[in-house]
Amino acid sequence: MADLMARGEEPEILFWVGCAGAFDDRYKNVTRAFVRILEHVGVKYAVLGLEESCTGDPAKRAGNEFLFQMQAMTNIEVLNGYNIKKIVTACPHCFNTLKNEYPGLGGNYEVIHHSTFLQQLINDGKVRVAGGEAFKGKRITFHDSCYLGRANGIYEAPREVLAALDADLVEMKRSRANGLCCGAGGAQMWKEPEPGKKDINIERTEEALATGASVIAVGCPFCMTMLSDGVKNKNQEEQVKVFDIAELIASAENLNA
Amino acid sequence: MPMISNILFLIITVLAVGLFIWQIRKIRRNINLGRDKEIKGSTAKRLNKLILVAFGQQKMFKRPWPAILHGIVYIGFVVINIEVLEIVMDGIFGTHRALSFLGPVYSALMAVNEVLAFLVIIACVLFLIRRNVTKVPRLTRGPEMRAWNQLDANVILITEIVLMLALFAFNTADLKLAAISGEELAGSFPISNLLAKSIHTTHLAGLEAVRSVGWWFHILGIFAFLNYLPSSKHFHIIMAFPNVYYSNLEPKGKFTINESITHEIKAMLDPSYQVPPLPEGVEPQKFGAKDVEDLNWKQLMDAYTCTECGRCTDVCPANITGKLLSPRKIVMDTRDRMEEKGEHPAIFKPNYYKEQGEPRVKVTEEKTLLRGYVTPEELWACTTCNACVESCPVNIDQLSSIMEMRRYLVLEESAAPAALNAMFTNLENNGAPWAFSPSDRLNWADNLFVNTK
Repeated sequence: MADLMARGEEPEILFWVGCAGAFDDRYKNVTRAFVRILEHVGVKYAVLGLEESCTGDPAKRAGNEFLFQMQAMTNIEVLNGYNIKKIVTACPHCFNTLKNEYPGLGGNYEVIHHSTFLQQLINDGKVRVAGGEAFKGKRITFHDSCYLGRANGIYEAPREVLAALDADLVEMKRSRANGLCCGAGGAQMWKEPEPGKKDINIERTEEALATGASVIAVGCPFCMTMLSDGVKNKNQEEQVKVFDIAELIASAENLNA
Repeated sequence: MPMISNILFLIITVLAVGLFIWQIRKIRRNINLGRDKEIKGSTAKRLNKLILVAFGQQKMFKRPWPAILHGIVYIGFVVINIEVLEIVMDGIFGTHRALSFLGPVYSALMAVNEVLAFLVIIACVLFLIRRNVTKVPRLTRGPEMRAWNQLDANVILITEIVLMLALFAFNTADLKLAAISGEELAGSFPISNLLAKSIHTTHLAGLEAVRSVGWWFHILGIFAFLNYLPSSKHFHIIMAFPNVYYSNLEPKGKFTINESITHEIKAMLDPSYQVPPLPEGVEPQKFGAKDVEDLNWKQLMDAYTCTECGRCTDVCPANITGKLLSPRKIVMDTRDRMEEKGEHPAIFKPNYYKEQGEPRVKVTEEKTLLRGYVTPEELWACTTCNACVESCPVNIDQLSSIMEMRRYLVLEESAAPAALNAMFTNLENNGAPWAFSPSDRLNWADNLFVNTK
């Protein structure tokens, strides 16, 4: 972003990478896949790079309002400094926080989750998904993230993206507004679960496996970690893969080279 | 000349309504223990919600069978109220079937009434079976579902059945008496007609007694029921409407922002920032909620609206996987604590579930909502997924109360689990919840463009 600014240019969109997108080895693939799509369609985008910092979502959900607001105000200063108008992010937690919590602290942006963004690209014919041969007839199930679905009412965009792959989309027993959390929200990602008879990600993975799908599609870094762990726990990692919708689109477009 | 019975009826009516208002005022005071909450958003949207969710019972239909049965009891309740109005008029003025001047409308009304009353009996019997025979788990299980809560539900269902039977007894005896005297009775009574035809007695005094007892039993039963409501989960038949009207219109992922913290941080970032002084006589509030007065009035109203249906707990991922958290318990705890701290609506105090048996959730001796009722272990099990909020047929926001108590634990007591404290430290030092160096933030882009550029 700083480079663009130095050249006196403004991007169409700011791609908010998020901490998982920047640091999590598995999730970096999603960041790369999404960037390849952006390059492919020729959208003028920028990232904050080293100037990006956590949105503060985990602090907020854990009850640390003070730390959250510190993060938020610092980020808002950076974003407003660059005159950012439109933000796209692949992380529903970043998405929710930027969209819903930042306006109250002076940060007003058009915030879009990458599922909605990808859906628009497909609708506009910018991404054609190359005949869909890679996924034709494959059973895919989509796991609704709480912070995309229930928290913000986005259920159809990711499904439409998957439908474009010409795959066989199967629903889990609990889906859309009735979807079951992966177990990582509300800052659970950073702590051991409270004592119980089972971990939430195992429960959700069992539901996903029950559909007989060979691909579990997600739109959230936490869901990806939780469900991948679940699939490993069930020794199904050879048969069942967990992919982000951006990765699926990128590989359908043969952009993963 | 009014008769003794009319005067007696009038006195009973005034006493019953007066007692109800007295109880409502106590509940109002309890709800007002809470903090202020500004109500934002358009009235049109609120009315729309009221019509869909409260009057239309939209959210009940996530589960079709209970929705149909509940719908019957609900419509029955609304329609039969018209007959109750007539009964009150008859009672006060000594008239007989005061609304019969409506003619065909009255006939239709009475016919609908009878059919509904019959269906209500069937629905209530099925509900009793669900609770006591098939024991639907969400209605019977959980540390918060104690003897009182089971009894309360059964009392309500049996009372409704008995009230409907009293109505049939009255109508049947009335029909029979009219037939014997050769008069024509206004109205149409499909079910009582069948009953009247199958009774062959001509014992006038007996029939008059049945008519009179049926009539008095029905109306006295309704007055008793009215005054039982404030102590019961059945209070939702009143509270559902305001509670839905005042429900959250924002996206569910948007949590409240604490403004006093905003001022502090602005002052930290910019030394010239002037923190607006608190209005005179207003004490600085603590962060988050330790007790009921730290919650806002809507959160307390939620507690009086809860009908303990357990749909929230049934969909809670933490609860499903055997963790201690039960969103329903948090709401019921809030009501119990409110009445412990404030007032009991009725002469008796039945709402407690804590007093019966050994609680599964080990609370402390502390007499506050947090720790005395709700333990940190329950709160930390929450994934903030909003499933409970989504599932509630009367738009209770369980998550907002959970969040307020978490805030208290973190901001006032620094009592977060160690792993979360480590996450906080990472956030502060590295700008990420993980212990990575901020200078590695762009590493994902290494080699990315080698092939393409």
